[in-house]
Amino acid sequence: MAHQKYLKNVVTLKLEQEKCVGCGLCAIVCPRAVFKIEDDLAWITALDNCMECGACVGNCPVGAITVHAGVGCASAIIHSWLTGDEPSCDCGGGGNC
Amino acid sequence: MTETENCCTPKVAPTDSCCPVNAPDTVQNCCPPKSGKQSCCPPVADHRKPEYKLEGFIENWLDTPIGEIPVVARKLNRVDQFGRIAMRWGIGRNHYAVAPGIYAVGTPDAEAEVLISANYKLSFDVLRRSLGSINAWILVIDTKGINVWCAAGKGTFGTDEIIRCVKKFHLTKLVTHRRLIVPQLGAPGVAAHLVKNGCDFNVVYGPVRAQDLPAFFTYNRQATPAMRRVNFTLLDRIVLTPVEITILYRQIFYTALALLLLGGIGSQVFSTSAALIRGGSAIATGFSGLVAGAVITPVLLPWLPGRAFSLKGIWTGLAIAILLGGSLLPDAGSTIHIALLLQVTAISSYAAMNFTGSSTYTSPSGVEKEMRIAIPCQLIAVVIALGLWLWTAF
Repeated sequence: MAHQKYLKNVVTLKLEQEKCVGCGLCAIVCPRAVFKIEDDLAWITALDNCMECGACVGNCPVGAITVHAGVGCASAIIHSWLTGDEPSCDCGGGGNC
Repeated sequence: MTETENCCTPKVAPTDSCCPVNAPDTVQNCCPPKSGKQSCCPPVADHRKPEYKLEGFIENWLDTPIGEIPVVARKLNRVDQFGRIAMRWGIGRNHYAVAPGIYAVGTPDAEAEVLISANYKLSFDVLRRSLGSINAWILVIDTKGINVWCAAGKGTFGTDEIIRCVKKFHLTKLVTHRRLIVPQLGAPGVAAHLVKNGCDFNVVYGPVRAQDLPAFFTYNRQATPAMRRVNFTLLDRIVLTPVEITILYRQIFYTALALLLLGGIGSQVFSTSAALIRGGSAIATGFSGLVAGAVITPVLLPWLPGRAFSLKGIWTGLAIAILLGGSLLPDAGSTIHIALLLQVTAISSYAAMNFTGSSTYTSPSGVEKEMRIAIPCQLIAVVIALGLWLWTAF
């Protein structure tokens, strides 16, 4: 994973730690090891690892996490620019979906 | 062997069975007489209906409190293997699905785990192949033939569909526990606490890779940190490269056609031989740019300088353009060399940027940021390349 770093300081992930109940689900569902559970609280320890998939947001039972989740696919984004729709895997080509 | 030989008039002395003496007395080996005689074949428990085809991966049926459930093979057959390869090359991609519903692997009982899967056949095949000796139920939900991760991103692999399927297929009558093993990459579409509220089943997130499931169950449904991470190994990247080219079939065809037509334009207004030679050369160099960006860049991804994929594609495009030199261009000269360099590099950069959709670590915010810089540069390079190339014809 050391080689698999994407652009710095672009991700929109935010954690309101005061809401956190320490369930640990964000750390379980994150496939990029962005979170760490320590002292019964979630901590963002690798922000730039985040790929904005939104798994942590949906599984946080207290709504402590926010992110602008979406499809990180160039053709989907071009399609959204042209049509005004949200980027999606229904972008015609289909990507690897 | 004819039907008559095979069935009710055996050449050898009659036995209790009408089937051939040396063959097991099974439905498959017995066939009813054509006419005039009463059939003595065993009754056929045929699940086939006239308008349906029984899938080749179903090897048996299991009686359960919710009716008969198909038992699927743990190993892939030739049809499965062929389907996987064809799908990688874009053949049948949109129809590579299995019917949603409950399937059995082995001989699961009321205590057996329930694994949730998408109805994308590749996901389903990987799952049943990875279970080893584990007996389990697979609940396939309708994701419109899309894989787990993409379907989760779209929401079709999601909380509502899981709740709906648990109720629709009467899962509470099939198992005594209240636990669903959901693939971790389905998490973007699933809210575990809402599934619990909706159908009283607890979501337990399994590992990212199905092949880690036996170890996951051995550790009492605990995944190690390594099982929770997505990788993007050399093999992962190589497997995805055909997809990048096949999704561009249409664009490649129209671009090639345009290059052939433009290649014929020159001082003689239009020349067919020029169209073939100049247009053909432009198509070949353009295709080399595509290979540089969509095949070589993914393979060398971790080692290419820069973090933006479009930048990584520039290095491979430049390298290929320099290696090619003027060898593809019969009328090689300095102007055409610059056009070649720009064309190959721009196409390679674009194709590499498109590979962000296949990668497992890019973020939408990041991709959009790099595109806002890269696309104008790629467009300028292509326009200059095209202009120089057309200019050399006069």
